[in-house]
Amino acid sequence: MNTTQNIPAKHLDELPNARFDLGLLIRRPEVGAFIGLAFVFGFFAFFGNANFVLPIGAASYLNVAANLGIVALPVGLLMIAGELDISIGAMIPAGAMTVAIVSGHYGAPIVVGIGASLLLGFVIGLINGILTIRTGVPSLIVTLGTLFAVQGLVLGVSVALTGSTSVPLSAPDWIKTVFGSYVANSFQVTIFWWLAFVVMCFFVLHMSRYGNWIFAMGGDRESARNVGIPTERLTVALFATSSMSASFVGMCQTILYSSAQVSGGMSYIFNSIVTVVVGGVLLTGGFGSVVGIFFGTLTFAVVSQGIYFTQFDANWASLIIGVLLLLAVLTNNTFRKMALSYSPKKGRTS
Amino acid sequence: MSTPLIELKNVTKSFGVMDVLHGITLKVNKGEVLCLLGDNGAGKSTLIKTLSGVYKPTSGSFSIDGERVSFASPREAQDKGIATVYQFGGTFPLMSIGRCFFIGNEPTKSFGPFRVYDRKRANQIAVKAVQDFGITRIDDGDRLVGGMSGGERQSLAIARAVYFGARVLILDEPTAALGVKQASHVLRIVLEAKKRGLAVIFITHQVTHAMAVGDQFAVLIRGGLAANFSKGEKTREEITDLMAGGQTLANLDIDLEE
Repeated sequence: MNTTQNIPAKHLDELPNARFDLGLLIRRPEVGAFIGLAFVFGFFAFFGNANFVLPIGAASYLNVAANLGIVALPVGLLMIAGELDISIGAMIPAGAMTVAIVSGHYGAPIVVGIGASLLLGFVIGLINGILTIRTGVPSLIVTLGTLFAVQGLVLGVSVALTGSTSVPLSAPDWIKTVFGSYVANSFQVTIFWWLAFVVMCFFVLHMSRYGNWIFAMGGDRESARNVGIPTERLTVALFATSSMSASFVGMCQTILYSSAQVSGGMSYIFNSIVTVVVGGVLLTGGFGSVVGIFFGTLTFAVVSQGIYFTQFDANWASLIIGVLLLLAVLTNNTFRKMALSYSPKKGRTS
Repeated sequence: MSTPLIELKNVTKSFGVMDVLHGITLKVNKGEVLCLLGDNGAGKSTLIKTLSGVYKPTSGSFSIDGERVSFASPREAQDKGIATVYQFGGTFPLMSIGRCFFIGNEPTKSFGPFRVYDRKRANQIAVKAVQDFGITRIDDGDRLVGGMSGGERQSLAIARAVYFGARVLILDEPTAALGVKQASHVLRIVLEAKKRGLAVIFITHQVTHAMAVGDQFAVLIRGGLAANFSKGEKTREEITDLMAGGQTLANLDIDLEE
């Protein structure tokens, strides 16, 4: 097999370099999400009170964005690879309860509780991934099954072991500082975890070769396998990452609020999908970007929190999110069509 | 006569009791184009899949450079230099030309302690490879593959196969979905591949296209080889009649003229 070495460097210099042009811009999946974010931010900055643009306002939506964003990133990568993971809705309370039961109820060292929580996420992710590749059942159905299974398991085990559906946990200070505390009184420390995760995912998807494989899998799994991409291992790895991210979020919340509940987390399922789709990821896979998911997360958080800074009844927030989702999808479709048909020099043939 | 690059002897492929291919004997030399003609259902697809490693022949021998081979997967066939380009190029419409070209073999460069995908280099090599095949309209490796015309996509897939060391190129109806102008592009690329010493197996049911590039012709009817002849031995009418099973079908002939 040839390598990339067999075109001498001097030939490369003779080629025109790619220029920054309109084509490059509209080909980016995040353009629609950025427009959406600018629009909703402007909307709430205009209709909301002054607090919205002050740190107190920023904290309110950044805290929402961080928790949602940590889950939405791997869900987005999975969607680009052509899979869905909705079991995250059960993995968040599962991760929360695991650390609370292990370290709170049984008093094991906090590090053991954190390890157990992440390990559980890893195992559930493996199960999701292996079931998906082995059975050929759509991952939506597989993870729907594990969603309910994990939910039942958490409830059953929690009540059996602790006799309660809510377990307290008091973590040591340094653990609180790292995973669950407020910076400058209002910013959750998970915001920094989220930003670090954004950078990591950006590297994987857009800078490493694995990113290319993820796009290829979502574009055409059969062809991807034929060119030698380890599609099965990659699928399992992505599912493991999304489950672990969900249990990480649950664990951080337990440490922050000093207690865990078996319920909650279900809203993350739809919220993460909305976020990712608003961020320009194609629901059927093969197209999307981390920057888009980042903007999508912020857009969602701004809408869900911005309403509290306005005179409007907060009940309208869902309406705005629904309309926004449809608008975002239409915009993204338009941009995708433009990107496909865009060619800088029409009419020039060889 | 030197050893043929790729040779099938008496190859049969059955699914259960159904013989889909029987007694196929073919050979293609380096720098030669074999046109495989046949109507729908003649067994063309099965033959392609057998050649590209998707199916194993039930009986008969399959040799490359005179050496018998048996492929467990398409990947193994690719490693032996057999590249198959399907009608739509088997490509990813929402990926850029550069990324698509190098899929599975991405060039990387150092980025601190990491190895990162070298987009600029990938784009440049991909654009150059496609331009070398005469598609000079492609000059931006960031363009999405889905934005290229059908003929350009075929060219990209062929250029890619050649770049990664293909010696046998199997083209599955590359001109079927194309207009006249696009089809002539692809035919020119087939000739370019031939000039570079590849053995090309060109599957089509358009006799005009076959006659434009073929050195050898084989007509497949109901899973068997109905005729095998060299360039200039038969007229277009004779070939068309052969494909239709020996009947003179004036209307079909007119269809194929276009």
